[in-house]
Amino acid sequence: MRREGSPWTGIGAVFFKELADHLSSTRMLILEGLTFIMALIAVFTATQTLTQTVGEDPFIFLKLFTTDRDPLPSFLFFLGLLIPLTAIALAFDAVNSEHNRRTLSRVLAQPIYRDALLLGKFLAGLATMAIMLAALWLLITGLGIFRLGVVPSGEEVARGLLFLLATLAYAGVWLGLAMGFSVLYRQPATSALATLAVWLFFAVFWNIITQIVAQAIRPIEYGFQEEQLRQIQMQLFLSRLSPNTLYTEVLLAILNPAQRALGPVLVTQLEGAIMGTPLPWFDSLLLAWPQLIGMVATVILLFAWAYVNFQRQEVRA
Amino acid sequence: MSAVIETTNLTKHYGPVVAVDNLNLTLQEGEVFGLLGPNGSGKTTTILMLLGLAEPTSGEARVLGVDPARRPLEVKRRVGYLPDSVGFYDDLTATENLGYIARLNGLSWQETGRRTVDVLARMGLADVSERRVGTYSRGMRQRLGLAEVLLKQPQVAILDEPTLGLDPEAAHEFLRLILDLKRDGLVVLLSSHLLHQVQAVCDRVGLFHKGQMVLEGTVETLADQVLGGAYRIKLEVSGDGLGDTLSGTPGVVNVTREDARIYRLEAKSDCRAEIARRVVAKGVPLLSLSLERPSLDEVYTRHFHGGQYEA
Repeated sequence: MRREGSPWTGIGAVFFKELADHLSSTRMLILEGLTFIMALIAVFTATQTLTQTVGEDPFIFLKLFTTDRDPLPSFLFFLGLLIPLTAIALAFDAVNSEHNRRTLSRVLAQPIYRDALLLGKFLAGLATMAIMLAALWLLITGLGIFRLGVVPSGEEVARGLLFLLATLAYAGVWLGLAMGFSVLYRQPATSALATLAVWLFFAVFWNIITQIVAQAIRPIEYGFQEEQLRQIQMQLFLSRLSPNTLYTEVLLAILNPAQRALGPVLVTQLEGAIMGTPLPWFDSLLLAWPQLIGMVATVILLFAWAYVNFQRQEVRA
Repeated sequence: MSAVIETTNLTKHYGPVVAVDNLNLTLQEGEVFGLLGPNGSGKTTTILMLLGLAEPTSGEARVLGVDPARRPLEVKRRVGYLPDSVGFYDDLTATENLGYIARLNGLSWQETGRRTVDVLARMGLADVSERRVGTYSRGMRQRLGLAEVLLKQPQVAILDEPTLGLDPEAAHEFLRLILDLKRDGLVVLLSSHLLHQVQAVCDRVGLFHKGQMVLEGTVETLADQVLGGAYRIKLEVSGDGLGDTLSGTPGVVNVTREDARIYRLEAKSDCRAEIARRVVAKGVPLLSLSLERPSLDEVYTRHFHGGQYEA
């Protein structure tokens, strides 16, 4: 049966209420504090290394993210841990807590569709992440200016913004997954654990599994180069099913201007290439384009899955 | 008189379970209608279908002339709903909770402020409007729920088990508020299984059983239908041998002797004068004679436990 009236009605009200909730919640305060402390530590150690090479590197502000110094890992490593954690914390009880507080039927009895509620919550989560990431990026860039004594070039700013965009898409994946589980499971603890389990699976086990599976499907029997190439390609294909791989590859392309390929490259393909010369930012974006679109598509699929489940759910507690 | 809520053969299946079965319900302008029935008899499902929150399997509903399955937003804009076991955002104040609902209804900022103050005062919550709802008692939450219903100035109010879990005084207070709504011209649909409360405020009632409305009408007509006689007379005498005299009185349908002194009669008309005359003529001292209003409790018990509707 066709329903009349816009599904967007009331989305603004939901969005701003959820955004206010997120920004003032203790949960976010803890995670933000943690993220900023880690950012400060990582940047301080990175600048200590970088001050020695300031004059030589044209992309010093990108190095701020990627440089590590024993025993501390780089800022990107911290971010890879904290982004999924924050996204999950924002969304794991998005819908089931409304059920448990018995506010769902009251809110849905207002002149809005369910679409507005779910999408409003999702967008508010994304906006919260965007605010946090933008603040983080500005903080790091500011610290870099202060400690290194140079200002970022236009090229570096463009790459920095792309980095923000990619991180937001990556956060969206975990946000969508957590929200989907919050529709599926009535207990917030269950949905939180389920999302964390998926995250752990991809973070820890997926690389091991892809190796084993690639070896099983494309075994190297005679040691030909073609066999080896096929195995590597299979492994790469499997590992790209994980959002973590996609995100890592996007960052690799965007934060390393010298990166020219995201897979195996044959010697013959390198003929005539001047090694180590940086690509313009737009070419780096083209290099990472499939991965970026892959992440965005994952976000949309996860949201659609959550949406369908939510539409079919009974309102009564 | 035009129908405010009207359902035709409204039916809802949950898998093999029939929650609502061919329901035909009509609510007129300005009336308070009570939906009665045991838990799980389909009251809440009916309400959800009236609000467009559940899709009917077959049949049709019309609320204020609008089909809630097709144009739910319009229905929800004009109908206030207080769910059973209502919940609020506990870490927000009453004002903030109402503010969210007002924004969802698209009210302007000034309008929100004005109406919020207004409805909170009306529900007696003005003093605690800046307190977190988490600190509220059950009765206060229920009144806040009613404040929220009034916030959007609806034409119809649907209240699902509004007095459940309230102490007698709070429940009484709440019923008084419902009567106020009626005075304002709102149509109220009230669902409950607490019969004496429904009887106190409702113009008409409908008895639900297994998704069907088995009885409908005013309390008096129901009593007529189910109890056989609408008049119940209690007679207190000190003496014996009155059985034949009483049952022989014109209009008396049934005589039961409760103990040595008390008789209970069911009659089609108010025949107290005739009974008094006959008792006195028989020479038996008459101690008291009173007319009792039939209670909905009695109707309900008699109807559902009379063997017709054994589960």
